[in-house]
Amino acid sequence: MPEVKEATDSYFADFMRLEREANHFPAWLGELRKKALEEFAEAGFPTTRHEAWRFTNVSRIAETRWCAPETSANGAAASLLDRHAIPGVAARIVFVDGLFAPELSALENLPEGLQVVALRRAQQQPSGDLPGRWIESHLARHAAIGENAFVALNTAFFQDGALIHLAPGTDLKNPVHVLYLRASNGAHTATHPRTLVVTGHQSRGGIIESYVGQTDEACFTNAVTEIAVGEDSSVEHLKLQDEAENAFHVGTVQAVQARSSRFLSHSVSWGAALARHDINAVLAGEGAECTLNGLFQVTGQQHVDHHTCLDHAQPHCSSREYYRGVLDGRSTGVFNGAILVRKDAQKTDAIQSNKNLLLSEDAVINTKPELQILADDVRCTHGATVGQLDSEALFYLRARGIGLEAARHLLIRAFANEVIGRISFAPARQRLAERLLGRLSKGWTSEDSL
Amino acid sequence: MSTETTAIEQLTNKEYRFGFITDIEADTVPKGLDEDVIRAISAKKHEPEFMLEWRLKAYRHWLTMKEPKWANVHFPPIDYQAITYYSAPKSNNGRPKSLEEVDPKLLETYEKLGIPLKERELLAGVAVDAVFDSVSVATTYREKLAELGIIFCSMSEAVEKHPELVKKYLGSVVPYTDNFYATLNSAVFSDGSFAYIPKGVRCPMELSTYFRINAKDSGQFERTLIVADEGAYVSYLEGCTAPMRDTNQLHAAVVELVALDNATVKYSTVQNWYPGDKDGKGGIYNFVTKRGKCLGVNSKVSWTQVETGSAITWKYPGCILQGDNSVGEFYSVAVTNNYQQADTGTKMIHMGKNTRSTIVSKGISAGRGQNTYRGLVKVLKRAAGARNYSQCDSLLIGDRCGAHTFPYLEVRNNTTQVEHEASTSKIGEDQIFYCRQRGISTEDAVSMIINGFCKEVFKVLPMEFAVEAQKLLSVSLEGSVG
Repeated sequence: MPEVKEATDSYFADFMRLEREANHFPAWLGELRKKALEEFAEAGFPTTRHEAWRFTNVSRIAETRWCAPETSANGAAASLLDRHAIPGVAARIVFVDGLFAPELSALENLPEGLQVVALRRAQQQPSGDLPGRWIESHLARHAAIGENAFVALNTAFFQDGALIHLAPGTDLKNPVHVLYLRASNGAHTATHPRTLVVTGHQSRGGIIESYVGQTDEACFTNAVTEIAVGEDSSVEHLKLQDEAENAFHVGTVQAVQARSSRFLSHSVSWGAALARHDINAVLAGEGAECTLNGLFQVTGQQHVDHHTCLDHAQPHCSSREYYRGVLDGRSTGVFNGAILVRKDAQKTDAIQSNKNLLLSEDAVINTKPELQILADDVRCTHGATVGQLDSEALFYLRARGIGLEAARHLLIRAFANEVIGRISFAPARQRLAERLLGRLSKGWTSEDSL
Repeated sequence: MSTETTAIEQLTNKEYRFGFITDIEADTVPKGLDEDVIRAISAKKHEPEFMLEWRLKAYRHWLTMKEPKWANVHFPPIDYQAITYYSAPKSNNGRPKSLEEVDPKLLETYEKLGIPLKERELLAGVAVDAVFDSVSVATTYREKLAELGIIFCSMSEAVEKHPELVKKYLGSVVPYTDNFYATLNSAVFSDGSFAYIPKGVRCPMELSTYFRINAKDSGQFERTLIVADEGAYVSYLEGCTAPMRDTNQLHAAVVELVALDNATVKYSTVQNWYPGDKDGKGGIYNFVTKRGKCLGVNSKVSWTQVETGSAITWKYPGCILQGDNSVGEFYSVAVTNNYQQADTGTKMIHMGKNTRSTIVSKGISAGRGQNTYRGLVKVLKRAAGARNYSQCDSLLIGDRCGAHTFPYLEVRNNTTQVEHEASTSKIGEDQIFYCRQRGISTEDAVSMIINGFCKEVFKVLPMEFAVEAQKLLSVSLEGSVG
């Protein structure tokens, strides 16, 4: 495939230029990035012939020559932030078109034990200033570059991102909000944001990661988030993808859980022309618990793909997974939920459910729950359904004088609330519920109504 | 625990009961495959020109194909030039007219397998089209069926006597380009069964066939075609056992079912090919393509299978639900023990309006067995009101086996309802304890639990098979609780 080769060649050129321009990354990271680039060059962009990409065609991403965005007008970014900031958070770190925007962030008076830094800043500090050790031992160590070409691409090209650390014993009341805004209007811009969350033992905290954008031109976000959940600690992570309607979003969330840790993930995806989310958790310590929630609600020509993998590597772990899809227009949805139970992971308890609502004649859903079990003393179940709004429930509501449209919205909201309702931070929950309502009543255009 | 373990070992190490070789002179073509071999096969079977052309087309297409690698099974590469593609018992020259004329040694083989052909003929009311290696040696009840206009004969005979039906339906469900093994089968298939049920006829008895691989190193390439014309009903049984061997044998069969308007075809299989010994040596490779087409409105195709044998099973009996209101069913019990590997499941393609399908799959893994369910439910855009229910449960016995599920649900219509449920569990120590406390031996308890686990599938099996299936399960698994 000559075009693909050409494309990877151009990535090589970009990489070399970046290395020359910005050699602010330490040597160990430079090595990793180089390796990642080689890995990417080797693998190239996946095609629909790859099992994991069977239903998601990324040729439009592969064929475009992406460039780094220009520094943008902050007015647009500020108004985006106004609409997407969530009140009451412990800290807010904002990136505009891939780069840290200190003037929009709120990083003062952080609660004790919490560190939030921009990756670029962290590298520029003298090493004594920041306990860089946790960065070195976790950054780019968990998301495997060999399994996903986009992870390799991000590792080779990330410029900035949020680094969050919770000291042992920290109990964070309110979550940290990380915002990646796309405001520049340059054509074919790509960003590769990188997020790292590390929690010490017996700590607790929440992270909200928002990817929002308002651009007219096609743009591409390739995000990777690594979360190292420390022993006996608890992390709640919400990823909200609400990018512009002609954006491409590819993102991986990779969590690694230590002994007796709890990880709760929510993924809400409703923007972008094409969105692909890989959400993986490795239950690497005994007694770990993991919950993956997800909601996607799309319309028009949108395509949204969730691939989740729960890797039960140790015994006595439990996992729960709830994914809900609402599809309208000519949209297509993909859900692939793998549960892998390793050989000695006895006493594993895993439950997965995926339910999908098809609201229009042209909407398409491909769902594939997947169990791979190599231990015998386990309890694993999965369920998947595809259906429509319950006509009896609609009738019930209409018989009580509720209009068809309102009744439909009510039922869709109830359906989506199975996921949104599990988010523990009330302002975020409320914001999502409002946004859902806005999307429903606005005929689901991605035009922000709030 | 230690006594229990000994019992497990004894039971899971049981040698294959049906392992023996019948020594009969076979009329074989030389090893290897080329166009001449295909011409030779076709000539030996006195086939009309169109069949030879079809075989050659398939062969030429096969040359361009590669073996599929996506299945969750592992085996050394197969040397297709080391296989003998045609082997018929010599004594078959000048076909026997009745059972008395059949080589007594063949009859003895069936006797050993517990298929008393004569008894069946008299008592069971089953017409048996027994296939020994590649050529039918005895067909019973033919006359009785002929009175009703039912054609039930070997494939070779059908090609000779009813070429118009064969030409019309052969390859209409599984085209010769379908997949690697089906294409190979299309090129070299030796024999199989053919059944045609005319309009409005309900076949009064279960049609049945027993397959056996016998001549050394002969791959067996069965081709079965069953056509139920408008309003007809037929239930077909297929069962297999194979003698003990050391080298792996390839079995690449193709089964095609066609159901026209208001017709029903029910196809039941008990598959018990030689699974290899307890170290995973030998055994049959069972790479089978089975597909039914609900061509007409209100038609129904139902698959029931009990898979206990074969070193490797690769099999996805599917239904193409083309006619409006047609129904597809798939009931399966798959057992893997020792080093057996099974990648099996179904495909339900909903094309017509208000089509319905049900999938019930039960996988049991023991020893080092790997059991995979792989299923596809596809609802095309015009299949309004389609309905699917799938359930696949896995039972694990021992800590070195694996159970995997890969269900694909692809839905393109918003008036459909698709449901999929899967669970994995093991036989609990508490369940065993409960039974033992009540004076039931461990073995009986396990057998009881397994039979309960598979009940949903057994209850749809025809009577003769239900009994055999339960016996097979106990032979394969009894007591192997870990």
